[in-house]
Amino acid sequence: MPLIKDGQFVEDSWTVLQQDDEVPPKGDVIVPLERYLSDTDELNRRVGRVGVALENTADPDDIAPYLNDIDLVALTFPAFTDGRAYSQARQLRHHLGFGGELRATGNVLADQAGFLKQVGFDAFEVTPNQSIDIWVKASEAVTLAYQRGYDGNRKTRDKLRPSPLPQHPSDCAAVAEQSAPA
Amino acid sequence: MYRYDEFDTTFVRQRVDQFRDQVDRRVSGELTEEQFRPLRLMNGLYLQLHAYMLRVAVPYGTLNSRQMRKLAFIADEYDKGYGHFTTRQNIQYNWPKLPDVPNILDHLADVEMHAIQTSGNCIRNVTADQWAGAAGDEVEDPRPYAELMRQWSSLHPEFSFLPRKFKIAVTGAASDRAAIAYHDIGLRLTRSANGEIGFEVLAGGGMGRTPMLGVTVRDWLPKDELLAYLEAIMRVYNLHGRRDNKYKARIKILVHELGAEEFTRQVEEEYKRIDAPRVMPPAQELVRIKDYFAPPVYEDLPDQSPELARCMSDDADFAQWVDRNVVAHKQPGYAIVNISLKPVGGVPGDASSGQMRAVADLAEQKSHDEIRVTHEQNLVLPHVRKSDLYGVWQTLKTHGLADANIGLATDIISCPGLDYCALATARSIPISQDISRRLGDISRQRDIGDLKIKISGCINACGHHHAGHIGILGLEKRGEEYYQITLGGSGDETASIGEIIGPGFSSETVTDAVETIVDTYVGLRQDGETFLDAYRRLGPNPFKEAVYATH
Repeated sequence: MPLIKDGQFVEDSWTVLQQDDEVPPKGDVIVPLERYLSDTDELNRRVGRVGVALENTADPDDIAPYLNDIDLVALTFPAFTDGRAYSQARQLRHHLGFGGELRATGNVLADQAGFLKQVGFDAFEVTPNQSIDIWVKASEAVTLAYQRGYDGNRKTRDKLRPSPLPQHPSDCAAVAEQSAPA
Repeated sequence: MYRYDEFDTTFVRQRVDQFRDQVDRRVSGELTEEQFRPLRLMNGLYLQLHAYMLRVAVPYGTLNSRQMRKLAFIADEYDKGYGHFTTRQNIQYNWPKLPDVPNILDHLADVEMHAIQTSGNCIRNVTADQWAGAAGDEVEDPRPYAELMRQWSSLHPEFSFLPRKFKIAVTGAASDRAAIAYHDIGLRLTRSANGEIGFEVLAGGGMGRTPMLGVTVRDWLPKDELLAYLEAIMRVYNLHGRRDNKYKARIKILVHELGAEEFTRQVEEEYKRIDAPRVMPPAQELVRIKDYFAPPVYEDLPDQSPELARCMSDDADFAQWVDRNVVAHKQPGYAIVNISLKPVGGVPGDASSGQMRAVADLAEQKSHDEIRVTHEQNLVLPHVRKSDLYGVWQTLKTHGLADANIGLATDIISCPGLDYCALATARSIPISQDISRRLGDISRQRDIGDLKIKISGCINACGHHHAGHIGILGLEKRGEEYYQITLGGSGDETASIGEIIGPGFSSETVTDAVETIVDTYVGLRQDGETFLDAYRRLGPNPFKEAVYATH
């Protein structure tokens, strides 16, 4: 499937393996969660990066202990109307602090692109006939977001019209730090 | 009232442009109907039996005169000169053409309105007490929180493809006029033991095929944690709500299957992990929103109006109207005016463009430019001087808007039913019209007293029949419409689900059955006892016996 990252088609270096496929000696592989959990050490030791594909019924907490070793998590949309992976993505990014590639697979449409980026996806497997122009246009159709604390480059109200006052204790701390003598 | 700033304006315009592009792609064939369907549904556009239907959001049921006039303009320009106010405090147009819809949305954006998320499996228009800010029994005005939730739920990146639609209602009053127990999430502003105001949070209420009342998941939530807590509920639902069966996909089924305790545990568990300060708006944002809902500048008036008293004693029709349609305002000398959209034999909730303009003018001149839409499909002028009531009534009368039947037998909620709706299994409007004509004599209605009759044309229960004192559900068997009757439902603070009394009735006999039920109540009631009170005392048997003995 064509892969989109940063608003353009890119070469996909990853090989997707099923539960019983043989693991190639090198190269980047994406394996199902069960495979990863049963062969964790072997997969982590080999040359090449490892990614894990989660069903949309899986609990991201199941891979929490391994996230330092995992370079990619693939989440799936069996139908574009099935939105479970939006919440899985959010949990991976925000509860578990996952910083690797978060890939959207399955039924991924241009009209969802903005939302997908906001919950933390940064790679998108799309259908072969997807036009990149339509993808980019659709993903940038709305540049603003009411929801605070989400990802992506949509601006929240505070960013459009910066507030003169520090908003949260953490911000106060940051202000104090910046103004502290070196 | 809330006013858009540059952010809101840009947001809504971008959404209109985005939808215009989606419509263009559909018209050109680039999008299939299957691909277009969820996109149009997220913008309130349904394909009904005869035409597209556009549902326009009226956030928590508040409008100003300019907005109402624009709704009238759209009715004339793009529809057949009328609109239909709905049980979600919205307005529907039944006859727009697809290529016109982006232009309609542009017109709406001109007056700070939109159709975002009035349909689809997302968070729908947040509803609120229609008397918010005017009623005397309020702990706090719920509208700033409703507005906060409107913004937060608009194009929510995580919760736009939920298992099923999601409805939130909020009230600030002890008397529940927003039916919060029947919502996916119901919120009630309430005081804690030490006097601090927060939210009681209910979840898992709903109507449809399996009616359920919401359960309290939090007795008291600090106000500034609202959005973070909602996020936790929504995430648990989005991840675990059933998607295998449309009829089991609402949050009520998840709450029921997990049990209230386990559901609450999962929500609280999720909530602990949410970085609340990151999600919640800064304090000054709520202050900014609240400023828009500051009370209007009232005149300092004596509570009693001699003009009102004189007009009531001179004009019996006016006095009856005041008795049913006017309720107390928290400000001395002012009143809340309820405008009935239920003329005897009319279509519940329909208003012509002329009526919309008349209400707009009255609002501008006599009600601090405010109008409310009620979930019972009526309109409200929330801030009218008592001394202006007679003039307001006379104007309403010339526009066919002075029916003195608020809360009476002909103040019927009805969904559009098979006359319009693609999902309906039976007609509901003609049944409501028939019942309305049968019980329409005003002195008879006044004698019957408070009575909520609610009619749905299919199991989805858009007509709220489960919450009707008398509920009617239209179904279809072997090509014949038939109507099931439930009794004892209520959507107020004593919420209950109506019980089916027995086999259904044909379209010819259902009105007779309703009349028999009403007459049975009149025969059995004790002093001052309402229909609902009598039913709760007597149970279903006397009603069943009367109905099935005679039909």
